[in-house]
Amino acid sequence: MDKPALMDYDKAIELFEPVLGFEVHVELNTKTKMFSDAPNFFGGEPNTNVTPVDLGLPGSLPVVNEQAVKYAISLGLALGCSIAPSSRFARKNYFYPDLAKNYQISQFDEPIAFSGSVEVELADGRLFTVPIERAHMEEDAGKLTHVGGATGRIQGAEYSLVDYNRAGIPLVEIVTEIIYGAEGDAPELAKAYVSTIRDIVVALGISDAKMERGNLRCDANISLRPRTAPGEPPAKLGTRTETKNVNSLRSVERAIRYEIQRQAAILANGGTIIQETRHWHEDTGQTSAGRPKSDADDYRYFPEPDLLPVAPSLELIEQLRAALPEAPALRRRRLKADWGFTDLEFQDVVNSGLLNEIVDTTAAGASAQAARKWWTGEIARVANQRGVDASSLVSPIHVSELIALVESGTLTDRLARQVLEGVIEGEGTPDEVVAGRGLAVVSDDGALIAAIDEALASQPDVLAKIRDGKVQAAGAVIGAVMKAMKGQADAARVRELVLERANA
Amino acid sequence: MSHDLTRLTASALAEKLASREVSSLEAVDAHLDRIAAVEPDVHAFLHVAADQARATARAIDARRASGDLTSDETGAARGGSELAGVPIAIKDVLCTIDMPSTAGSKILEGWVPPYDATVVAKLRRAGLIPLGKTNMDEFAMGSSTEHSAYGPTHNPWDLDRIPGGSGGGSAAAVAAFEAPLALGSDTGGSIRQPAAVTGSVGMKPTYGGVSRYGAIALASSLDQVGPVSRTVLDAALLHDVIGGHDPRDSTSLRDEWPSFAAAAREGAQTRSLKGLKVGIVKELQGDGFQKGVTQRFEEAVVLLTAAGADVVEVSTPSFEYAISAYYLILPAEASSNLAKFDSVRFGLRVNPPGGGTVEDVMAATREAGFGPEVKRRIILGTYALSAGYYDAYYGSAQKVRTLIQRDFARVFAEVDVLVTPSAPTTAFKLGEKLDDPLAMYLNDLTTIPANLAGVPGISLPVGLAPEDGLPVGIQFMAPAREDARLYKLGATLEALLEEKWGHTLLSQAPDLAPQEMFASEEGAV
Repeated sequence: MDKPALMDYDKAIELFEPVLGFEVHVELNTKTKMFSDAPNFFGGEPNTNVTPVDLGLPGSLPVVNEQAVKYAISLGLALGCSIAPSSRFARKNYFYPDLAKNYQISQFDEPIAFSGSVEVELADGRLFTVPIERAHMEEDAGKLTHVGGATGRIQGAEYSLVDYNRAGIPLVEIVTEIIYGAEGDAPELAKAYVSTIRDIVVALGISDAKMERGNLRCDANISLRPRTAPGEPPAKLGTRTETKNVNSLRSVERAIRYEIQRQAAILANGGTIIQETRHWHEDTGQTSAGRPKSDADDYRYFPEPDLLPVAPSLELIEQLRAALPEAPALRRRRLKADWGFTDLEFQDVVNSGLLNEIVDTTAAGASAQAARKWWTGEIARVANQRGVDASSLVSPIHVSELIALVESGTLTDRLARQVLEGVIEGEGTPDEVVAGRGLAVVSDDGALIAAIDEALASQPDVLAKIRDGKVQAAGAVIGAVMKAMKGQADAARVRELVLERANA
Repeated sequence: MSHDLTRLTASALAEKLASREVSSLEAVDAHLDRIAAVEPDVHAFLHVAADQARATARAIDARRASGDLTSDETGAARGGSELAGVPIAIKDVLCTIDMPSTAGSKILEGWVPPYDATVVAKLRRAGLIPLGKTNMDEFAMGSSTEHSAYGPTHNPWDLDRIPGGSGGGSAAAVAAFEAPLALGSDTGGSIRQPAAVTGSVGMKPTYGGVSRYGAIALASSLDQVGPVSRTVLDAALLHDVIGGHDPRDSTSLRDEWPSFAAAAREGAQTRSLKGLKVGIVKELQGDGFQKGVTQRFEEAVVLLTAAGADVVEVSTPSFEYAISAYYLILPAEASSNLAKFDSVRFGLRVNPPGGGTVEDVMAATREAGFGPEVKRRIILGTYALSAGYYDAYYGSAQKVRTLIQRDFARVFAEVDVLVTPSAPTTAFKLGEKLDDPLAMYLNDLTTIPANLAGVPGISLPVGLAPEDGLPVGIQFMAPAREDARLYKLGATLEALLEEKWGHTLLSQAPDLAPQEMFASEEGAV
């Protein structure tokens, strides 16, 4: 892949206005697929979680998954959308083996949810309203694996393998309106938007929402238009590209930034942007050209004759509305106040994506500050070192237990870090690690006093200084005692006892 | 003996089976003998499952002997009649787990589905015994069975003539006494028009009355599975078995249906049509209808009047556009439904010379696997759905469909049933319209409106056209969900006609395999 010219980011923003649009696909975690009773489980032996419907066998017919419809309505409501009293499925026709029927059942001109908006919070706390055009239901396609080519792409492959386990998994596609005004914040807004959608679907409990597993996928549309002088009408919208394969929040941000720089360089050189899909490459931090995409792509949509319109009762819609969880933005504001965090502390938590972990840790009994300290501190550090999610390392309950052990004086911070390591290594609960590794603070004063008396006896000059009121001299004795206790003593208690014994 | 068994209606045979006067194996053997004798002439079947049919018959005989028939087999489960042991032919458009299901196409040659269509599963549960799969126009596209990839079926009344289509195989099998019952599918007349031109009875149920699961789709919004038989009662008995809600078909109705057989029995018994308002559709008669067809039709209407029916003429102006709308909606849906035949997972695969991309393989397969009529309709439908043409074609056709539905609603506010000839002509000669698709399409003029509106329609024989001695059918249509009304009325007219003639119409059909051809009961070749 040639390294294309990139314009300096700030320069690009100075010359051009970025215009955004996102299509986020959310895989719903229903028990069965969108239109069949095959288990909704992607993975395992290929082509095992399939029925005649998923394989598109002649004579098979789709049946709408009611739970998926309820989830889609809930999501629509959470995005502030109107819910259509009657919406229809349509067939999107195209020949490609990722869907056995050679058409995808989707919603076209009659989506289940439309006209909403979602409030997105940038890192500095500013709010940005992203307008939502629609959220519609559809089925996921099968997974193709291209074998024999150098790139793993279809071009140059000798043959391709198809796994229909993913075919028919229920999706909701959330489509934004055109987003203006993001300006230099465009990459950050993109990340914050996807993160907000993730928070919403997690709060609703309708998706596992793991971007790295493809539960949540973002296609990022971006175009640039030249800035015009004040008073002049804005320039026509530029040609857009649609970047796919961005499967982490960080990638969303990087990909948008990259496309702005790439497109700006082309436009500044008098070139034209090709309307196409582009693939994001996490490793090189670049996008590469995919399929040319034209608005003239003709999918020959028509209403799916095998299915009846989806007509949820008002009663159902109101029932689902009443059951909506607190909106993530409102929830964050409430939590910040409840916890009494500073702006900086709270931003740190939000940016680290550990809000829920802290909520769960406080629910298990820990104080919010202690929970914050551990999650954004030591746990985040280890996670970063290992390149994994902090949430995958340790459970909030264990963190809460660990904090309780520190607060009761059973562990010092230093010991607690060793216990945490044990918990992460799978040695059991904090209590079990404390027992297993023998890490508890020596809280038996008798043992401490014996060690102190021995240390004082061996350092008579120090003893004399302490007795003369030179309290700082006690440090040497404390050090010796801590060493004798192999660090498993509370230094403050040792200090107390040293002064007590010296002056006894 | 075996010859006599094939002449029995399904209900008569069922009684002999229930009383153990005849065994299922004898019944099956008699029909297999008949099939062996007449198939070289008729070619109603694409596949005959002789061994499976005999094995099933033996099992049913054994269960009946020990009093172990299930409640489905005795009919108790559905509150209906015992049909266990009665043989049946199945249109090849229906998926059968133990027989190839090709829909008359090369692209599915030899394909055995991993499941039974819901209607097939239901008839097996009822103890009906599948004899085999019947011929049809490829993917049910046609009115003559000449578009079958496996050669045409011949009309038992005149082997040089078409048996109608697309379900010519099912109608011919029943008319040629190869099976007392058959399953068909009707998208624009594929049950009723073949019934009309072969002198048999065919019913297209209300859309949603019978499950489509496992029926290889032609046009999903029009397709409906239904019975083919030699009497109205037999059709009703079969409808009672296959009808009802199927959770696998979202378009199937949740209605509780009355017993259709009871309606037919009542009609045959009372023979009175007092209080029934019958509408003759002005637009579906006169010019373009064969003289003998009109004559027999009018004679039948006289019988209806004599039995007390109040017959009036009604007008449905939008029916004029029914064929045009139908030939946009059907190809549009078909072009999408048939996209799955791409060689990737089942059916024919043709590798182009020198290999090629998946697209090349799909194209080569579809080029080789689809016949000309299928290609014609795929192209037509693809065009009708294309961006820029959608509104003018598919969109307009859907509007016409709405107008037709309104016409039906309006006239059904005035009359209880509509009556038309089932087809404009008697059976035409094989090859006569093969090169003229439009002439072929016009054959379904009378049957298409019922599909566009989803209402039920039945065709039954009303005599032979004097000029060619070939069967003429009459069609009754009722409002959606009023299928029972058609069985009652049909059975009344059938009884009145047989009373008038002193025999059934099909008893006058030429005997394709004269008795002396059978050396013995086992003598069939």
